Amino acid sequence: MLSLELLFIPLFASLLILFAKGKAARALALVFTLIQLLVTGYAYTIFKANGGAAFEFTQAWVKSPVINIHFGVDGISLLMVMLTNLLLPLIVLSGFNRETKRPHIFYALMLFMQFALNGVFLSMDAFVYYIFWELALIPIYFIAFNWGDENRGKVTIKFFIYTLVGSLLMLFGFVFLYLSSPQHSLDWNTLTQFKTCSCNQTWLFWLLFAAFAIKIPIFPFHTWQPDTYKSAPTQGTMLLSGIMLKMGTYSLIKWLLPIVPDGFKEWQAVVITLSVIGIVYASIIAIMQTDLKRLFAYSSIAHVGLIAAGVFSFTQQGLQGSLAQMFAHGINVVGLFFCADIILSRTGTLQISNLGGIRNQNRLFSSLFLIVVLGSVALPLTNGFIGEFLLLYGVFEYNTWLSVFAGLTIILGAVYMLRMFQNVMSGPDSEHISSFPPLHWNEKLVLILIGGLIILTGVFPAPILELTQPAIDNLLK
Amino acid sequence: MEQTISALSAMIAPALLIPALPLLGFILISLFGKKLGHLSGWIGSLMILGSFVSSLVLFNGIGSEGKLNFDLYEWIKFAGTSLSFGFLVDQLTLVMLLFITGIGFFIHLYSIGYMHDDEGFARFFSYLNLFVFFMLLLVMGNSYLVMFIGWEGVGLCSYLLIGFWHKNPAYNDAAKKAFVMNRIGDLGFLLAMFLLLFYFGGLDFDTVNNAAMSMEKGSGLLILTTLLLFVGASGKSAQLPLYTWLPDAMAGPTPVSALIHAATMVTAGIYMVSRSNILFIQAPPTLDVILWIGIATSVFAAVIGIKQNDIKKILAYSTVSQLGMMFAALGLGAFESGMFHVVTHAFFKALLFLGAGSVIHAMGGEQDIRKMGGLLKFTKITGFTFLIGSLAISGIPPFAGFFSKDEILANAFEGNKVAWILLSLSSMVTAFYMFRLVFLTFFGSFRGTEEQRHHLHESPITITLPLMVLAVLSVIGGFIGLPAVFSDTHTFRSFLNPVFEQGHTLVAEHAHPSHATEWMLMGIATIAAFVSIGFAWTMYMKNKTLPEPDEQLSGFSKVVANKFYVDELYDKLIVNPIKVLSDLFLVLFDKLIIDLIVNLSAILVDVTGRTYRLIQTGNTGFYVFAMVISMVLFLLFQIVL
Repeated sequence: MLSLELLFIPLFASLLILFAKGKAARALALVFTLIQLLVTGYAYTIFKANGGAAFEFTQAWVKSPVINIHFGVDGISLLMVMLTNLLLPLIVLSGFNRETKRPHIFYALMLFMQFALNGVFLSMDAFVYYIFWELALIPIYFIAFNWGDENRGKVTIKFFIYTLVGSLLMLFGFVFLYLSSPQHSLDWNTLTQFKTCSCNQTWLFWLLFAAFAIKIPIFPFHTWQPDTYKSAPTQGTMLLSGIMLKMGTYSLIKWLLPIVPDGFKEWQAVVITLSVIGIVYASIIAIMQTDLKRLFAYSSIAHVGLIAAGVFSFTQQGLQGSLAQMFAHGINVVGLFFCADIILSRTGTLQISNLGGIRNQNRLFSSLFLIVVLGSVALPLTNGFIGEFLLLYGVFEYNTWLSVFAGLTIILGAVYMLRMFQNVMSGPDSEHISSFPPLHWNEKLVLILIGGLIILTGVFPAPILELTQPAIDNLLK
Repeated sequence: MEQTISALSAMIAPALLIPALPLLGFILISLFGKKLGHLSGWIGSLMILGSFVSSLVLFNGIGSEGKLNFDLYEWIKFAGTSLSFGFLVDQLTLVMLLFITGIGFFIHLYSIGYMHDDEGFARFFSYLNLFVFFMLLLVMGNSYLVMFIGWEGVGLCSYLLIGFWHKNPAYNDAAKKAFVMNRIGDLGFLLAMFLLLFYFGGLDFDTVNNAAMSMEKGSGLLILTTLLLFVGASGKSAQLPLYTWLPDAMAGPTPVSALIHAATMVTAGIYMVSRSNILFIQAPPTLDVILWIGIATSVFAAVIGIKQNDIKKILAYSTVSQLGMMFAALGLGAFESGMFHVVTHAFFKALLFLGAGSVIHAMGGEQDIRKMGGLLKFTKITGFTFLIGSLAISGIPPFAGFFSKDEILANAFEGNKVAWILLSLSSMVTAFYMFRLVFLTFFGSFRGTEEQRHHLHESPITITLPLMVLAVLSVIGGFIGLPAVFSDTHTFRSFLNPVFEQGHTLVAEHAHPSHATEWMLMGIATIAAFVSIGFAWTMYMKNKTLPEPDEQLSGFSKVVANKFYVDELYDKLIVNPIKVLSDLFLVLFDKLIIDLIVNLSAILVDVTGRTYRLIQTGNTGFYVFAMVISMVLFLLFQIVL
């Protein structure tokens, strides 16, 4: 039943906020995201990681075709639910000193997004899952379209259609699964327990994979991403990069691997190679980026490339690492985009060449930003290291040479991140920056929380690893 | 094993205190640095002093036999593998602990005076304490993974401290370069860890050593693993080809150069190889690689040292050169000798850097030795202690460097004559450029401006006290390892015996040089050093030659002065191609090819839409006509089939 509460709270909040005015809207949003976080925390404490599903809810919906409303969590999906509901209050809070046009609609959409994201991670029936998958696209589309920068029109349409194409292919995949399976059911348990399709799984694999690959995005399906991250309002970018792309990586583990295992193994080599190419490719592009948000966008492609490679290494540590890194990346990338937003709101520019010398003016911000950067370059004792260590070890077990290539990320990551940090934060005062006002209380709080999480989960990663391990054991059986 | 743990369990608390105190110092100073002001310097120093005292307690409690090995908690767990956060204190660790915290304390003390007027005073001490914390983790970890935490952590602190004066873009470049080059090495370390984890069954030293003992000597796996570990070591310890960051790292404040880039962090690579001695002994080809890279680095850096005019750059190249010599010792299988040189080098090189700092302080920031001269008159303590340091590094008996260097040379003589000749040559060059530095800086007449002359003064006591302490250590430090001709027991070697004895059982014992040979080698080394110094004296004291201004350089001197253009070569070969590749990827692939395909599909839809729109004429007659035609076609189709 807890599953329903997790869905109901943000949905209810979303409707309620629509009727709020001005500042009340974001205050309400914060209150409800915090309540949601508390409920999630409670769910975590009573959850027993034994590989099975918990908090299940099943209700017949349509008789023919058989569709049941089926929710539930295992360790993998609970981690994603935790990430979502942990990041939402931070994302809401980050906007507390910003003027947002029509805040009631903005925050209502954001909470609706939370509802849809929770739905994606909680669904145990492919049809319901598909509905939430599509539902998540709608609020972010409006957020990007109505609150984005001057290029938002073209960029948002491209993003929308691109991901929609992927979703459509996924829908075909599910229809095909439904028709070809003897049980005629789209329930996750049935789909994974019985070999649904003895046919060639190649088509099925690519139908589902395309949707996930676009959402993640895996090279070469990524060209919608930098423009969208750049164009969307920062809180939208945080939602997109922090949580929404995890829909894709999560689905690789939850909906692709166990349902089309033969296709997965058949195309393993191709996808893992694409992912590793993507890591190096995006890292190299990131080095020369002149815009802060674009740089973070490409760095994100590199990071998720490694996550995908870990998943496709099909090893325990690769899968564990991918989940640990999803959690870490969610926190870090939100931190990075928030820092970009703090800079933009004070200097009016994201052009790296126009920035510099911020360290001289605001030491606290500089230190907190540095912690996020270190998490992002996977320094030991930060969250990024746990993920990268396990992921690279997973890739290593799959293929040694591939891991050398993928390992370049630790060098290239340092190159583009430190280059950015140097040009933006260090050096003499930039003539483009007249002053850099101190951090607002909400900005301070968000960055301190993010920095704290980066170190805390880096020093004590065991709760995350223990949460997901039994579910992964099940997958690998 | 169990017994040793229970007997030594009283040592766990002081052992934990050693890294905990500097960490506490870092946290306190970072949070309250502004309020603490200059007090933060004293707090930082006291924390290190506390660690030093704890290290002494440990030294006393563990002694020359014991071994403390315990896990704090399980850090990373997956698939039945558990990687713990644990500590190991044995004799090798004790040696490292004592000199890191001991020298570290004096360098902290020195910094109180040296950084007194810097606006980043508190920040400096917070970074410095953080550095010591990570350095202690590095040497106290009981597994490669914990060592790696310290390993990357000291890299971070090095980055922060090289770029300490972050308004200067060149310093920031140096900081970034250091971090990135270290990361190249770290990738090697990381891959080595994967091999260890996968094939050796774990990352803690005991597991790895036991596995290595049972493996066939010289197997491909052992060679690959050790080579990768050495890649890591050569990044951190600035060996060819990853050395270029260290001279640039001199951008950091001088105490940083003394602590991090001379005495402690850069010796981490030697510590790591010594710690893994069993692994490396089991892979003889890797030892050969280490030997020759060490020798090449030693000679190469020494030659560059001749033509440098920046007092800190000279010392930096000398550090690279000395590190090369230590690696050569490791390559010869003489791990104790390598470690011995690590210790004596820490004494005299820290002394030399701190002395250089005092000189720079007196000269009002000037670092070019062409503009110095005759400083001994004005800065007596600095001058005399610097002279002692120079004698020690040049290998003049009975100073510390003589004994450790002699040991390495003796091992080389026994192991490989060519190696011996090259290392002796490197020593000679070292003695030459060190005394070139001494003569040009402290003797002759002053060549600076009148204003500088007016300000020349000896530094305050917080600066001179560490100099004197280190000078004493540079004089007597070598006596812990007297050669066989003087003493039957080599204190240092027998102390480290528990760490290396297992490894030594794996190699055939080679004969120790006879006393006559030892006398001969010592004689040759000493004479060679004196000849070099005499040569320097003739050039710079007698003939009063001055190094030429940069623009008058030509031919080979110019090449040497420009450090063989290695940086430029790396830029051309690696940095620039990556930049070009970056633009190419973005413009050609992302924007042109991939996006074109994506956009083409949109254009296709658009064109199709426009084409079909032509049929939608709104003319009812046309629609009826089309309908009838279609029906006829359908009927025909049905009939035919």
